[in-house]
Amino acid sequence: MQSASLFERALVVPAMRDAVFKLDPRTMVRNPVMFTTAVVATVATVILVRNLSAGTGDPLFEGQLVFWLWLTVLFGNFAEALAEGRGKAQAQSLRQTKDQLVALRIGRNGATEQIPATQLRFGDLVLVCEGQQIPADGEVVAGVASVNEAAITGESAPVIREAGGDRSAVTAGTTVISDEIRVKVTAEPGSGFLDRMIALVEGASRQKTPNEIALTILLTGLTLIFLVAVGTLPAFAAYAGGSIAVPVLIALFVALIPTTISGLLSAIGIAGMDRLIRFNVLAKSGRAVEAAGDIGTLLLDKTGTITIGDRQASEFVPLPGVAEADLVAAARLSSLADTTPEGRSIVALAGGGEDLPANAEPVPFSAQTRVSGIDLPERIIRKGAVDAVLKLGAHPEAAVADLRRITDRIAQAGGTPLAVVENDRLLGAIHLKDVIKAGIRERFVELRRMGIRTVMITGDNPLTAAAIAAEAGVDDFLAEATPEDKLAYIRKEQAEGKLVAMCGDGTNDAPALAQSDVGVAMNTGTQAAREAGNMVDLDSDPTKLIEVVGIGKQLLMTRGSLTTFSIANDVAKYFAILPAILVVLYPALGALNVMGLSSPSSAILSAIIFNAIIIPLLVPLALQGVRYRPMPAASQLLRNLAIYGAGGVIAPFIGIKLIDIAVAALGLA
Amino acid sequence: MFTAILTVILIVGGTALLAWPLGKYMAALFSGRFAAADGIFTRAVGGAPAQDWKQYSLALIAFNALMFVFVFAMLALQHALPLNPDGQGPASLDLVFNTASSFTTNTNLQHYSGESTWSYLAQLGGLMWLQFVSAATGIAALAALARGIGEQASMGNFFLDLQRASFCVLLPLAIIVACFIALRGVPMTFDGAATVTTLEGAVQTIARGPAAAFVAIKQLGTNGGGFFGPNSTHPLENADFWTNCFQMVSLIIIPMACVWMFGRMIGRIKHAGVVFGVMAVLLLVKMTAAIGFETAPTQAFADLPVAQDVGNLEGKELRLGATTGPLWAVLTTSTSNGSVGAMHDSLNPLTGLVPMAGMWLNETFGGVGVGMINMFLYIMVAVFVAGMMVGRTPEYLGHRVEGREMRLAVLALISHPVLILGGTALFAATAWGAGTLNNAGAHGFSEILYEFSSAAANNGSGFEGLGDNTVPWNIATGLVMLIGRYLPIIVPLAIVGSLMAKRRSAESAGTLSVEGGTFGVMLFITILIFGALTFFPAAALGPVAEHLTLMR
Repeated sequence: MQSASLFERALVVPAMRDAVFKLDPRTMVRNPVMFTTAVVATVATVILVRNLSAGTGDPLFEGQLVFWLWLTVLFGNFAEALAEGRGKAQAQSLRQTKDQLVALRIGRNGATEQIPATQLRFGDLVLVCEGQQIPADGEVVAGVASVNEAAITGESAPVIREAGGDRSAVTAGTTVISDEIRVKVTAEPGSGFLDRMIALVEGASRQKTPNEIALTILLTGLTLIFLVAVGTLPAFAAYAGGSIAVPVLIALFVALIPTTISGLLSAIGIAGMDRLIRFNVLAKSGRAVEAAGDIGTLLLDKTGTITIGDRQASEFVPLPGVAEADLVAAARLSSLADTTPEGRSIVALAGGGEDLPANAEPVPFSAQTRVSGIDLPERIIRKGAVDAVLKLGAHPEAAVADLRRITDRIAQAGGTPLAVVENDRLLGAIHLKDVIKAGIRERFVELRRMGIRTVMITGDNPLTAAAIAAEAGVDDFLAEATPEDKLAYIRKEQAEGKLVAMCGDGTNDAPALAQSDVGVAMNTGTQAAREAGNMVDLDSDPTKLIEVVGIGKQLLMTRGSLTTFSIANDVAKYFAILPAILVVLYPALGALNVMGLSSPSSAILSAIIFNAIIIPLLVPLALQGVRYRPMPAASQLLRNLAIYGAGGVIAPFIGIKLIDIAVAALGLA
Repeated sequence: MFTAILTVILIVGGTALLAWPLGKYMAALFSGRFAAADGIFTRAVGGAPAQDWKQYSLALIAFNALMFVFVFAMLALQHALPLNPDGQGPASLDLVFNTASSFTTNTNLQHYSGESTWSYLAQLGGLMWLQFVSAATGIAALAALARGIGEQASMGNFFLDLQRASFCVLLPLAIIVACFIALRGVPMTFDGAATVTTLEGAVQTIARGPAAAFVAIKQLGTNGGGFFGPNSTHPLENADFWTNCFQMVSLIIIPMACVWMFGRMIGRIKHAGVVFGVMAVLLLVKMTAAIGFETAPTQAFADLPVAQDVGNLEGKELRLGATTGPLWAVLTTSTSNGSVGAMHDSLNPLTGLVPMAGMWLNETFGGVGVGMINMFLYIMVAVFVAGMMVGRTPEYLGHRVEGREMRLAVLALISHPVLILGGTALFAATAWGAGTLNNAGAHGFSEILYEFSSAAANNGSGFEGLGDNTVPWNIATGLVMLIGRYLPIIVPLAIVGSLMAKRRSAESAGTLSVEGGTFGVMLFITILIFGALTFFPAAALGPVAEHLTLMR
């Protein structure tokens, strides 16, 4: 999926329009702080109109106040609309794709009829031929085809979809580019993957997460506290024999209540989901994204995540009495025709050299014999799994024992042994090594510092698994893992109070995906897996689990940091507005005007202008998230406290002073 | 200056040292480590079943309601009851209501002078009894809170906790303190007032009575209600330098020990250390400020030919030294004690702000038990914001903090400014308050503000300078004390009840640690922002305006 730049014109203009539509009280009330702001802005407007008609008051000053109060509300709406707008553009193109879909439905008699895809029901059979789009989510029941899924994933390299197994699921909107398949529809209209994706990117199905609800309560509480602090001021002023104008009280109130974080709150949530989407991961709920930040245990598949998928030859081990050169030469010859990465790595390890002799007859790998090799005149060379090679002929017991010793040693070191035999003479073994991905060890160190345990899941035997686990630096491993083992492991971790994340693709992964707190299903996986997980990775890249954790943390950090910033701003706002209000009661309180603001009305106006424009200024931060680097929680807190806490105290002193200079220079107050 | 620093170090530092073993003992006591003592009580009352937070709260409220009614009746009928050698007559019912509320809530706001209003029975059987059980109620509530957080299945039994706090903590300590101060000259007699002929030959009536017993629990239970009107500035309530020091120590020792008791009961002594540290820093900041402001001469004498090189001596007991006045003022308002060692009305304006700030925050060690409970509310808010800042959904010691917990915490935190600022606004704008002031202007405003702060914080000290024995004052502060007492006790129990029901999550390097200095900083800031920012306008219109106006 393509990402749009932050302030693209195509997004900003509709967002400005939506900001006005969002003034609808039914929408506003979802955000109590901004709703309160809108209510007091209305009151200030009424007072302004009344004063204008009566010819009293200071219309220039009060008019500006009202203007900036409404702008505060609109800026908050704008932030939300802008965050939503990015999803809407994506949803629009997805919806177009969906509306164009037509299906060739196969009737009971085997005949096909062309119908709009919206008429397809669960269980219908459809035929999809080369060049056609798949009309609905389903499962391939016959045939094999290569499918371009760019419409969903943005990745144009085609993938294979075939009946049976873990690659049978197809998604509506993707295109068959070769062959033809028969697909059984597995989604009712309106509930397919495409529909869900549209809803997700559009934010239509967005509900407040528990954390957002709790924060909203805290912010509402703060609003109430400041309502009391400001609401009691008229009585205090009356005691001191003076009075304070209502618009000024409203200005103080709005400046103190946490409008900044409240205006940005839903934008932060939407942007968090959006970040995942642009990362080609679809989260089914905001809650899942937040849970990702809380992960305590990561279950990672060995192959593809921890090791690169292919093994590499690392050593030739001849049997006693066999010259190493003989083994190397035989291994090289047997692999010259083998174009797999493993075969190529054997040739490379053997030092390359001349090409295949002209009279050679390569024997390709077959699932029956599980060996491959080469036939030359007088020389028959085979290599393969140890048991398979031994089955090819009878060998002296001593030689077999020697070979076993060698291969056991290789297995213990985390490698896979390949036996090599030439004309019934055992030569030795090739040590194929799992290659740990570059940098993955460092990632695990980082994760450990973040307090996350990594667990490697592998089908290897415990010996091999232990060796690879030690080399990769994971905290634990699950060898010869069955789906039941995974489920049991997840339950055990959860019983210890940890949140567990895993990724999976097969139908047999579905229970574990459903049990885990964050289950990322691979898009290449089966429908069952995709239903069970609460996230779907469109790129089917299990490594991404690590980044998903980071995105979840970043979302919460952004929320927390901006809350801190917003509340810390109050100190400066107090020092701007309070002296301006109270100086008429006690002239000596002018000493509290530590910023040296030019006049009381300019001070009030500057504070309220700062309060308004800080919202759009922080929109980029809210949408992109605060910078996140893996580090222990204590350092993370200190860092964010220093930036957003201390910064939140200092920034408004500077900002308000600068605005005051401008306001005074322009003669606005 | 040197003696001031030395006094602070000896009193605060010495008490902190003593609080450690006391906290250890209290934790053991409330963990049921003294089964034999508990057994006597449980056999006597026929069992002490485990309670959940609702049952515990209900028992607490029911017991306190009963005590309120009992003492209300005793005070109202004192003229008809024995032990009344000076023949005190009936008091007005609004004063009786205020006094019964005041002592039931551990506030001890006194709109009267004890020696001229109440009989010995009323003072000892009613008020002193409440000084024990109201303090014990606070300690019991903290024990229940700690059990809930410390992953125990139940919150314990209120009556068993009440008994433990009364008989195994407060009573033994009170006997020690009472004996010491009685030996130093504080009277302990059931004889009526003495009539003496002074050196001038005039005849003077000197009120006396069983003061030593009263004073001991007054200090230990953060009660603060004096036997005599002038409280601990009265020579018969605070005889000399040593009783003065001893009272200051006993004033703060149990609140300090409560922090360690909490830490031990939840199994997090380091966390308690951070909380203790934050409280201690707040205390030191306030002490430095108060003593610093008070070394400045009073502005009232600025134009008089008076040498003022020892700071503001107005309203101080010179027997006790000039620095102990502000020091006592800080200690008594940091804890919810409320006894006074100098007249707060006569403090320099900014010094007067310090005790008020202490009552606004109300958790710099705070009242026995309840100070730590108030701190718990700030901890909830601090872990919520800090938890998000480390990129996790917030947790406190593995308990997830969500909407319900925030709603309750915010409710309890809001109630404090609502009671103080709402009450002050009502009385400042009407004759109820404005008509009872001795001073006009900003200082008069401070007097009203102080009175409501003292009532809401269950402190009980008076700024004085206020004719507060009126029907509106008695009713209003009586209600404020009741709400300000029970809401912040019950709500935290409800929060913990809700936390207990959740699956507990494991802690790791990625979870917010509440055991480090960084969290201490976060907690400190949260307290200042949530506790103090609200009161900034009121402070500006009271002490700050007075100070700046006088400075001109």
